[in-house]
Amino acid sequence: MSPRAAWRLESIGFTRVYDYSAGKADWGSFGLPLEGQRHSGTRVGAHLQADVPTCTLWESLEAVRQRVRGVGADTCFVVNEQRIVLGRLGRAALDRDDDVTADDAMTAGPSTVRPSLDLSAALERMRKQNLSDLPVTSSDGVFLGVIRRDDAERALEAMDAVPK
Amino acid sequence: MPFPIDRDEVLRLLHDEEAQLVEVLPPDEYEDEHLPGAINIPLKTLDRETTGLLDRERPVIVYCYDSQ
Repeated sequence: MSPRAAWRLESIGFTRVYDYSAGKADWGSFGLPLEGQRHSGTRVGAHLQADVPTCTLWESLEAVRQRVRGVGADTCFVVNEQRIVLGRLGRAALDRDDDVTADDAMTAGPSTVRPSLDLSAALERMRKQNLSDLPVTSSDGVFLGVIRRDDAERALEAMDAVPK
Repeated sequence: MPFPIDRDEVLRLLHDEEAQLVEVLPPDEYEDEHLPGAINIPLKTLDRETTGLLDRERPVIVYCYDSQ
């Protein structure tokens, strides 16, 4: 729709017309602010926790485990230099006692959500997949943090909007 | 010819050139949520009259929901 609008503006004499065709969906998926009647708290981005342990593929599991447990966490996301999510080390993986790298122990390609996703949709997905959290990435895959099931439930209860 | 731009260029144009944002979706979608500072001129109503408040010397960025 926006390309047609851009051409229409040109046809009526505007000379500096730019078409942001990725639009609101792209804007919101990067966690950038939106205005309007919709409560911003209904989006994942308003509740994501950014302070989450990450590691690289090549780190030893032992080193990762110590770091993760040192901050009281039980999950670590494996990212590359661009902070693209490559895998997840959950409780079971971190409990392994063999001498392996994060690459060997991780579950590759965890499903991710965007900050613009409805919080209730994220909660439904976590319930369905029996997950305690979901990694949140921008639409180009960069890790932003996690949305925790407990946080989503509390927020939706406060808004009286918990999905059945 | 209109220039296709990405999010970074939108941010630059807003910051450096005081670009004007125009959402061309219907009013209910605009009222639901829109980019900060955007005005709403639905595509079906775009004409000389409805764009009369836009400054022709500054960049105009149009957008909708996504590229689909």
